[in-house]
Parts: sequence; C-alpha cells; structure tokens
Amino acid sequence: MKYIASIGLEVHVQLKTDSKMFCSCRTSFGDKPNANICPVCLGYPGTMPTMNEKAICYTVMTGLMTGSSISNYSKFDRKSYFYPDMPKNYQISQYDMPLCVGGSVEIESDAGARSVALCRIHLEEDVAKNLHFANHSGVDFNRAGTPLMEVVTEPDMVSPDEALAFLLALKQILQYVGASDCNLEEGNLRCDVNCSVRPEGTETLGTKSEIKNLNTFKGVHDALAYEIVRQVEALQNGERIVQDTRRWDVDAGATFQMRSKEAAHDYRYFPEPDLMPVVLLQEQIDTWKKGLPELPGARRKRFVAQYGLPEYDARVLAGDREVADLFEQAASFNTDYKSVSNWIMTELLRHLSETGKTVASLPLTPKALADLVALVGGGKVTSTSAKEILGELMAHGGDPATIMQARGLVQVNDSDELSMFVNEAVADNPKSVEDYRKGKKAAIQFLVGQVMKQSRGKANPQIVAQLVRERIDAH
Amino acid sequence: MMDVAGEKNIDVAYVAHLARLRLSEEETAVFQKQLEGIVGYVNKVREIDTTGVEPTAHGRSVQNVFREDMAREGLTTEEVLRNAPAQRDGLFVVPKIVE
Amino acid sequence: MTDINTLTVSRAARMLQGGECSSEELVSSLVRLIQERDGQIGAYLHLDEAGALEQARAIDRARAKGNVDPSNLLAGVPIAVKDILNVKGQPCTCASRILRGYVSPYDATDVARLRECGVVLLGRTNMDEFGMGSSTENSAFQVTHNPHSLDRVSGGSSGGSAAAVAADMAIAALGSDTGGSIRQPASFCGCVGMKPSYGRVSRFGLTAFASSLDQVGPITKNVEDAALLLEAISGRDEMDSTSLDLEPPCREGALRRDLKGIRLGLPKEYFVKGMNPEVEAAVKSAASLCSAAGAEIVEVSLPHTEYAIAAYYIIATAEASANLARFDGVRYGFRSDRAEDVLDMYENTRAEGFGPEVKRRIILGTYVLSSGYYEAYYLAAQKARTLIRSDFEKAFKECYALLAPVAPTAAYKIGEKCDDPLEMYLGDALTVPASLAGICGMSIPCGQTTDDLPIGLQILGPAFREENILRVGYAFEEVLERAGKSEGRGV
Ligand SMILES: [Zn+2]
Repeated sequence: MKYIASIGLEVHVQLKTDSKMFCSCRTSFGDKPNANICPVCLGYPGTMPTMNEKAICYTVMTGLMTGSSISNYSKFDRKSYFYPDMPKNYQISQYDMPLCVGGSVEIESDAGARSVALCRIHLEEDVAKNLHFANHSGVDFNRAGTPLMEVVTEPDMVSPDEALAFLLALKQILQYVGASDCNLEEGNLRCDVNCSVRPEGTETLGTKSEIKNLNTFKGVHDALAYEIVRQVEALQNGERIVQDTRRWDVDAGATFQMRSKEAAHDYRYFPEPDLMPVVLLQEQIDTWKKGLPELPGARRKRFVAQYGLPEYDARVLAGDREVADLFEQAASFNTDYKSVSNWIMTELLRHLSETGKTVASLPLTPKALADLVALVGGGKVTSTSAKEILGELMAHGGDPATIMQARGLVQVNDSDELSMFVNEAVADNPKSVEDYRKGKKAAIQFLVGQVMKQSRGKANPQIVAQLVRERIDAH
Repeated sequence: MMDVAGEKNIDVAYVAHLARLRLSEEETAVFQKQLEGIVGYVNKVREIDTTGVEPTAHGRSVQNVFREDMAREGLTTEEVLRNAPAQRDGLFVVPKIVE
Repeated sequence: MTDINTLTVSRAARMLQGGECSSEELVSSLVRLIQERDGQIGAYLHLDEAGALEQARAIDRARAKGNVDPSNLLAGVPIAVKDILNVKGQPCTCASRILRGYVSPYDATDVARLRECGVVLLGRTNMDEFGMGSSTENSAFQVTHNPHSLDRVSGGSSGGSAAAVAADMAIAALGSDTGGSIRQPASFCGCVGMKPSYGRVSRFGLTAFASSLDQVGPITKNVEDAALLLEAISGRDEMDSTSLDLEPPCREGALRRDLKGIRLGLPKEYFVKGMNPEVEAAVKSAASLCSAAGAEIVEVSLPHTEYAIAAYYIIATAEASANLARFDGVRYGFRSDRAEDVLDMYENTRAEGFGPEVKRRIILGTYVLSSGYYEAYYLAAQKARTLIRSDFEKAFKECYALLAPVAPTAAYKIGEKCDDPLEMYLGDALTVPASLAGICGMSIPCGQTTDDLPIGLQILGPAFREENILRVGYAFEEVLERAGKSEGRGV
C-alpha cells in the first residue's frame, strides 16, 4: 500500500528588534550569561510587561507578505506551565486572537510550484536558556523575553522536500521584510514539526507525532524523512501510531519519544490583564503596507521589463533582497545591466555560497561593482584580472581602478609588447599552429590562452587573437 | 456540592499539582471540603443570564499602548544573582533538569 | 512635642515650613512612639529608622538652603508603606515566607513619585499575605491588632497601614486595594482610605494579586491628606500599560465644604440582611446629615450586587494563580531544602512558602482556569462584571456619588472568622463591586458602635471622578464635626 504524509510546521522566528518584547533590555546573542536582564524579564514581583511596537509591526508586515488577514482586534494571553526557563511560569502569548490569520506561502520543489496554507501568525516572548551540567542545571535569562513570532502552517506539505522548500521561502520573506536575521546558528529560527501518514486514497489524517525543537533546516528535512518511514513501517507491521512528542537525535539519525511529562498539558490560557488589546485600524495597516518591500515575484517581473534581463537572471537576483538591492544600486551607475547581472550571478554568488557570507557583510559597494564592470567593458582590464580585483573588493573593499593600478593589472593593449608573447606561443606549439592551418579554427583559442597565461591575464584577448592570426597567416 | 455530572466539583489533589503545591493528606482533605463549599458558592455566576453581554477584562478599556523599540540598561549580573537562592558561574542554579 | 504624633500631613507641612519642627524631629518622635506602641499592635514589619533619618536630614538641609518648593506639602513628611510595594534596597515580603531574603532592586513608581516629593519612607507595614484576606490575620509573621480594641482585627489586607495611621504611628500610609483592602481596614481602624479608579495610579512595583483589580491608594487621618497623597502618586506611567494619562483630580475643586444641590444615592442592595444594626444606623444617619447640609438623598438600585462576590473570587483568584506562579525558588526568595529535582523544588518551595489562605486561592484560581471550566467560570465572571459595571453607570447618571456601608460589621474579634473562609469572603460583599467596576471609592469615619469601634461610611464615585468623592468626604467631615459638637459628644 502507498502512504501519503501530511506535514505541518510551527516556525518560531526571533524578530530583529533592538529591545525585548515586553521590556527594554537589549536583544543580543553571545553575551555573558544573565547580562541583558531587568526586573521585568526576570519576572520580579510587581513588574509589568509593555508592548514593543516594532515587534507588532514586523508581525503584521510578515502577515501582509503572506496574504494573511490582519486582525482588527487582537490580544495577548497568559499560557501557564512551570519550567525553569520561564521567568513567570507563564508565557505571554496569543491564544484565540492572533495578529494574523490564514494566508499562504508559495513554494517550489521538485514536485513543482504550489502554495502552502498558513493557519496563523502570532507573537509571544522567548524563554530563557537552560544549560545542563553533571549534577545541576543552570539558567541564563538573556534570551528570555526576546520577541518570538510563531508562523503556523496547516498540515499541508507532503514531503520533507516541501517542508524544506517552505522554510526557504519563509526565510526569503522574513529577510525581505527585515523582520529577522534568520541566523540559524544563533537560533533565530526554530521549528516544531508535526507529521502523520495515511493510506493513499483516504481522506482522514492519520495520528500525528510532533517533533520538537529542530534548529536546522537539514534537521527538519532528515527528521521528517525518518519519521515518515517509521510511521509507514509501523502501520505496515499492523501497529498503531500513538500521538506523541519526539525529539530528533542527529547522531543517531532517529527520532525518540520524549519522556512524557504531564498526562496532558493544561495551559490555563486567559487574557493578559497587564496588557491592553491591539486594535489595528485599516489606516495603520495601510501605513505599514506602504513601507512594505516589493515582493520577490513582482520584482522579478520588473527586472525583466525595466532592465531587459533574461527571466533566469531576474529570478536569481530577485530571490534575495540584498542581492536584488545590490543589483539595482549598481545598475544605477552602469547601464550595462546584463554584465552587472553576470558578475553578480557568477563570481559574487559563488563567493557568498563558498564563504556563507551575506551581501550586507561584504565591504563591496554597489558603485565599486559598477565601476569594475565598466573597466571590463571599456577594455581597461581583462576578465581574469577583474576576478582578482573583485576578490579584493569583497575581502577588503576599495576602489577597483586603484586596485588595478596598484597591482599592475591594467590590460595590455600594446601590440609590440604582446608580439613577444605571441611569437613565443606560436614557436612553442607547432601542433596547434598546424591544426589551425588545417582549418581547425578552435586551435587559436589554445594559443591565445597560452599568451594570456604568459601575460598573467593582463593581455587583451581580442588583440592577442588578432596578432596570432596575423603571425600564422604571415608564414 | 455536586455538579451536573454528579461528581465532586473540584479535585483538589489534581489542581494542587497543576499549581505545583504539595499538600499533605490532611491539608488536601480540609481544602477539599472548604473549596467544594466555595466552588458551590461561586457557581452563582452561572445562574445569570448573560446573553449578549460582552466580558469586561479590565476596569477601563484603552488600546494600543505601545513602547518604542529602544534598548536600555537593565540590572547587572551581580545585582540579580544576589537574590538567587543558588547560583554559580553567572547562572541561576536549579536541580538537574531531565527532559 | 507630644502632639507631634497626632499630626496630619497638611499640619505637619505647615509646621515644617514654619520651622516649628524639623523632619528629623518628626521621624525620631514617630520612631519612639512605634517602639513604645507597636509591640502591642503589630502594624510594622520593617522599620527603616536609619534610612528614614537620613532622608529626613537631607530634606532638612535642602529646606535650610531654600531648595524645597513651598507648594510641595509632602517634603519631609514621614509615610509608611504597605509591604507589597517594592522599595529599592529594601525587603518586600508581602507578609509571606516565600519572599524571604528578597531585596528589591527597584522602586515602585508610586514610591519613586513620593521620593521625588521628598517624602520620608518610614517603614513597611503588615498585611494579609499577598493581600489575600480581610483581617491581617493571614500574615506569615504577625497579626495586626486594632488600636481601638486590641483583641479585635485591624481589617485587611492593608491592616498594618490602617493601624499605624490610627495609632498615630504614621502620619499617613500607602495601602493597596483589590476588593476592599484599603477601604475596609480604614473603616475598622477609623481612618480615611481611598481606592482610586482603576488606571488612576501606577501598579508598577505593586506585587500583583489580581492585576485587573489592584490599585494603590492612601490611608490617612483626613480627606485633605488623601487628596494630597493621591495627587502625588496619580498619573500615567510608561511602565504600566493600564495606567491612564489623566490630569490628577483637582484638589481645589474637590476640597470645598459644600454639599448643596448634589444628589447622593443610597444603593438598596447594600443594606443587607444580617448587617449590624449599628452600622446600618450610622450610615443612614450620615445620609441624613448630608441631606440636612443640602444634598438630595435618593434610593438607587444596583441589581447585580448579589453576584459580585462570586465574580470577584473567580477573577481575583484566577489572576492570582498566574501572578503567584513566579514564586518558585529559582530567581529570588525562599527555596525549600527538599529540592531533589525540579518538581520537588517547585512543590516543596511553594508548600512551605505560602500560607493556607494563599494556597486556597491559588487552587481555586487554577481550578476556574483549568481545561473545560474557563467559560463556565472566568468568562461568566467577566460578563457578570460587565453587568455590575453598567449598574453603576446607570446609577451615576442620576447621582453625583453613592453612600453605603463599607462592611456589614465593625471590627470583629481576632480568630472569630478564621475557620470559615467562605464567611470571610462574604464580608467583602460591599467593597468588591466597586473594584470589579473599576470606579473610585473611599471609606471615611461616620460614627462608633456602643463598644466604641469605628464605623466607616463608603463614598463611591464614577470612574475618574475622584473629586466627587473627595468633595463629599471633605464636606461630610465638617458636617459630622458640627453635629458632634451640637450633641456635646462624638457621634
Ligand atoms: Zn528585561
């Protein structure tokens, strides 16, 4: 029998605010333990929460990007349970009136493009961090109170690949909004996933398992892949799936049932009396909407229309807001749009994927990129040298012309100077010369390559080719 | 005091566990009796006809009380650890947590 | 300087300004009196003699240099604070063992506002643990005795503040009122106690009992002092999202001895069966005095009053069950020695740290919020609250203020009601409706029982119309005094 999986995700996103959700402590990662705390985020007696407007705004902006309906009236609630990472032993969250309801995210996987339905997006506070030692545990409250946006999907995905595609698409949206750094190492994105399987042709969803606290995309993918196999095998063996909460063990490559805590959690939600409701008028939503960045799809179309880029280029560039911004800023200095696009799509993106860096972290300015492309276009520097200059720009910044001069990378256009290399190449490679004479025109590329090598990439390849032809034809 | 289902209206032992209060057997028995009486009394609110009545969450209703996103200095680590019942290496210490 | 201790805030201010005494002398004299009397009364949990003297000397020096604004009547006046408000560098026990060892790193906003006025913080007063009680018998540390009759309760939960003021061991005090915790002890001890409208005064730094009901307010020897203190602490606080941006009540507008042409309502549901006849008589005679002074007295109805206790004990305990969850032995305060694992730590810390009344209320509050009961209890109570509030709104369309008893009886014997929590709760029937509605209320002495126990008159006003109740109270003080003189004795 064939089985179909139903996968739902709850993605917890740490928002990129300066201060915490309900107090004015700094949000930062990697500080000394218990350095960014105050009576409010430590749950001291007498303290009260106050709402960070920026966090509300980010959540609503994300909801607008996903086409969710923005609630005119929403409120915060207390969710009670005792755990040492909870300063008040209740978490301020949103229960029945979240900021955003519904919506969807467009994804693309090998199975094609489709849209994943969202259930809701709400806002809450992050908890502290527990550290475990041999005989005790320790609590660091720095993270407690960081704004946490929770994006909840419907059980709408059918494969680990789709779940991964969803996460990538969501990450793109979050980065577009500027709502989160989406830095996985720092725990900016953390997922709970739920998964069930059912025989093909049936409608009712199977019993689901929840896998908690996955903090890498690969973890989500692998845990789901494992879980689907586990559940299908269990069913095939005639076992019943019990609803449970599991954790993913990377080393074992398997999910394990977590020690069941309470028989059932009883969170005792009730409206947070210390906070007033959030009532968003259309006017306020419209103001935020105006500040909303262009969606990737719209930008892609505009890149084709406005810059005459091929569809493929437009899609790659528009896929990342920072890359797209870099392109547009560089394009304002250099109208050879296709060349600007080429340099970004090849050298720059390769560098980013190799180093794991982001555009924003590079010292390269859009103007420098545009100037470099102009130097190549104007025959001032060869492509080979330009790659070297770009490497320097991405590592340390600076001005391409200055680097070109300082490193002696100015393209050699002088025929006299080049003739020496040409003569040498022709003399050393009689076989290629012979091939060329016999009509194999491609053989000339090899000879040009030899000259380029000898000139350490500085020779103007067009002039070299011309000289090679003249040299062979002359004999 | 019985509720509609004919069971005792409050299970003190269960609720005390939810609230993380360890009660002795005598305490449980005393509270059970007292709270059955109190729960029986507060059941009065269920007698009122509240059709079409909106709940009141606060004494007063205002909305959208926001704070500007600006970071400010909080307490020093030393200050807060001074109040900690147990602490080590800058952390609040609790018995080992088993997940 | 013997009469120094019977001073009101306004008289003390005049003496300080006129150089008749210094703030240091005031503090020393009060400290002596506390040492003399408080052994029998038990109003204070913590007397900060050294700190108070230091603050007093600083104000005296500032005044000598001419650096005290003469319009600031509170500078150098010693005031007691209920041990539920955080004061930086001081313990804040809430009369609970569970806050053992806790030293507050911050000032409650109200405390900070008093400090800015140059108020001297004399010490911390006793209370029912976390404000849960009506007699100050539920303190983990001591019972506060009624200064008028030492074998009787002082009322609660702000019994320490009321007793300190009544016994002249403080010129004035701050208390907090969730369901009557300022008004009822003021009534039992013969003081003036004011619960401001919800949102008038900041709650930041007030250890929360029931967040949607709690308010801080003054307990004083007269109405003028209550107005002075209220003015100092009221106003929007950016740390408390539920505090409102309003002008403080106008003192000049409120403090005029005039009742002519105003309509005062007597809610018929507040004169309940089983009420002490002396209390009923005193309140009705107060109404007659107001009528004689030119006010019109009408009977009004607040039909949902009978549901108030039930709604109150659901809402207050539900909120308390969450508010008190933070006392767990992790970050501050007491932790049980029996803490093998995390669950042990929680359960034993809370079992050993909280007293029985607090436990009872946590259990009730947890129960009404637990799965399957939310709508039957909490939501129903919130709806009852709406009805109670609209009862008041209707009454205030006709009336400038309402007159009512504060409690069905005067101060009862210590231990008299300890065994029956429900009976104790029912004693709050006349104060909790105003708390649920978020309106303002004040207790002011209006007579004595034949045992010479004080009886309080409750004056209720529309939300954010504190000047209404201040005006009625201020006028009533004079009316009562004149009546007493003409009868040749106190009423
Ligand atoms: Zn904080």
